[in-house]
Amino acid sequence: MSTFLQQLINGISLGAIYSLIALGYTMVYGVLKLINFAHGDVYMVGAFMGFYLANGLGARGAQALGLNPDGIVGRGLLGGGVMEPSLITALVVMLLAMAICAAIGVLIERLAYRPVRKYSRLTALITAIGVSLLLENGGQVVFGAEPKFFPELFTKRNINLFEGASINSADVVVLIIALVLMILLQLIVYRTKTGRAMRAVSFNLQSAKLMGINTDRIIAFTFALGSALAAAAGVLVAIRIPRIDPLMGIIVGLKAFVAAVLGGIGNIPGAMLGGLLIGITETMVVGYLSPTYKDAVAFAILILILLFRPSGLLGTVAQEKV
Amino acid sequence: MPRYLRNLIIALIVIAVLIGLDFVFQGRMLNPYFVRILMLSGIAITLAVSLNLINGFTGQFSIGHAGFMAIGAYSSAYFSVNYGMNLANSLGGGKLGWVVALTLATLIGAFFAGLAGLVVGVPSLRLRGDYLAIVTLGFGQIIVVFLNNIEAIGGARGYSGIPIVKSFFWIFLIAILTIVIVYNIVNSAFGRALISIRDDELAAEAMGVNTTRYKVMAFVISSALAGAGGVLLAHFDGYLNPKSFEFLKSFEILIMIILGGLGSIVGSVLGAIVLTVLPEALRGFAEYRMVIYSLLLIILMITRPQGLLGSAAPLKAWRKRARRLAESAGGGPAAAPTSPSTVATQPERPAPGGENLQ
Repeated sequence: MSTFLQQLINGISLGAIYSLIALGYTMVYGVLKLINFAHGDVYMVGAFMGFYLANGLGARGAQALGLNPDGIVGRGLLGGGVMEPSLITALVVMLLAMAICAAIGVLIERLAYRPVRKYSRLTALITAIGVSLLLENGGQVVFGAEPKFFPELFTKRNINLFEGASINSADVVVLIIALVLMILLQLIVYRTKTGRAMRAVSFNLQSAKLMGINTDRIIAFTFALGSALAAAAGVLVAIRIPRIDPLMGIIVGLKAFVAAVLGGIGNIPGAMLGGLLIGITETMVVGYLSPTYKDAVAFAILILILLFRPSGLLGTVAQEKV
Repeated sequence: MPRYLRNLIIALIVIAVLIGLDFVFQGRMLNPYFVRILMLSGIAITLAVSLNLINGFTGQFSIGHAGFMAIGAYSSAYFSVNYGMNLANSLGGGKLGWVVALTLATLIGAFFAGLAGLVVGVPSLRLRGDYLAIVTLGFGQIIVVFLNNIEAIGGARGYSGIPIVKSFFWIFLIAILTIVIVYNIVNSAFGRALISIRDDELAAEAMGVNTTRYKVMAFVISSALAGAGGVLLAHFDGYLNPKSFEFLKSFEILIMIILGGLGSIVGSVLGAIVLTVLPEALRGFAEYRMVIYSLLLIILMITRPQGLLGSAAPLKAWRKRARRLAESAGGGPAAAPTSPSTVATQPERPAPGGENLQ
């Protein structure tokens, strides 16, 4: 029982991260009907931004920018001694990474997706694959192909629950931060004017435009929001498992997309639910069956949903009109 | 002259030419490096043309072609290692024995790849939309996980000891067969059904086309042909590694047909050759190769979305579908008013297959 509980908490913590990424997929799909293949890679960029914020660009990187290698750019928030490892540091690093990735998301939308929006969806899809590969391979060139080890942003320790069941404090922190972010997202989408505009655009772009909504701005905002959440997920994953590399976004991105489809693509609560379910299933399979095929779990789930409930758990079936 | 007789004569001439060229290339008269690139181009043509059948002509977006290729490669390699070599030797070990063994290997590779296509295609092609893209992407990833973990076929170390058959004849026979099969499909009633699905799935269904069945059939054929391409690759170097079937491989094939133009067989062939030769020419920039590819792809999509030789038809169809989706379910970007100077009025160059059927 205690192992089960431990696995469950691990699963929820992992699932919360999948949810954060799935939200980005689902929101972009909602407004653009586009599978943003590059989203998983934005998550990777987020993890690397966290890494560089904490550790600095290194002496060479700082010199390349013409800055003092011993300054904050060269040695980072932690390495430069500006901040001590603590929860505050983790938050600061995460928020900065989110801001950078939000900007990157807007840039991607502006430079790659907006110019092809006037063409077909296929063109947009291919462009998204192109952006995804650009980030992966550009990442290998810029960040280096070898894995990097994420610094410990706060001291982790095990919390004993009861009779042998213990959880890592990192899991708890990840879970709480993810939940807070999801609540914030709910507030933005359902309680603000911009959020209402987002919902309007995803309901019908043409009508939204006629109602005087600046759709380009809303789409850019959606990308910013999704990318920021992906970056947060990147930093949170790196807190749990500190190994990061430029290709880490591929398989996680795929799982998060499956989570979005499982919950019903375009549906925000669905993405959260889907992410949690995928995370829990995966942890259980690893814990009780075999860790070898853990990546196959999401795929099997995807096939099952497509067979039995293609609109997802919380999705509604949209009738195509001629 | 009756049609079948003419076709038979053409086939015999092609085979004779291939055998002749095979002698030339085996004879070490040419630079072996050049011959190698040529043969790799032949394999790439098989893969690109087969992918075009589903992506270009049927309008369904598959991005896991390397997965099917891997299945063909590994299953045929397993056959060749465990049975094929014995079979060839028991038939005298001469040319005849190898012809039989390789034919069987090719059929086995194509069969299992086609079977995988059926398993992947049935759940995802029942639905309209982009599901095939994501399912094939996932499939491509998962197959690599499996290959890495099955010890009987070498696991992560790779599968070695496969009989090496560097035959110009065999590679180009399969490539030409692939082209002929796809060309004939596209120019048949079956092909017209596929093109109607691409152009307007709903209308096709209303006209009585069993869209799911046709889509699945096209996908299975495309996968099987990719499997045949994998068979060629398996016996080319005599060594297989799961790494060579990762997503980048699928992407390479995809960019071949996009560069050449979706729905253009000539385009696919040219794209395959260009993208096999180009990396060799760019060897000095190996590190930046994929960066250049991906940038090239994005720029191509922004400036000339139908590819270099493609016609605008597949893209127009997607736009129509997008508009409909936008009208019913919510606002799609493609529903935005488009300037008249976009895809539709680009100078079109008719592809050898299909476009004349519009």
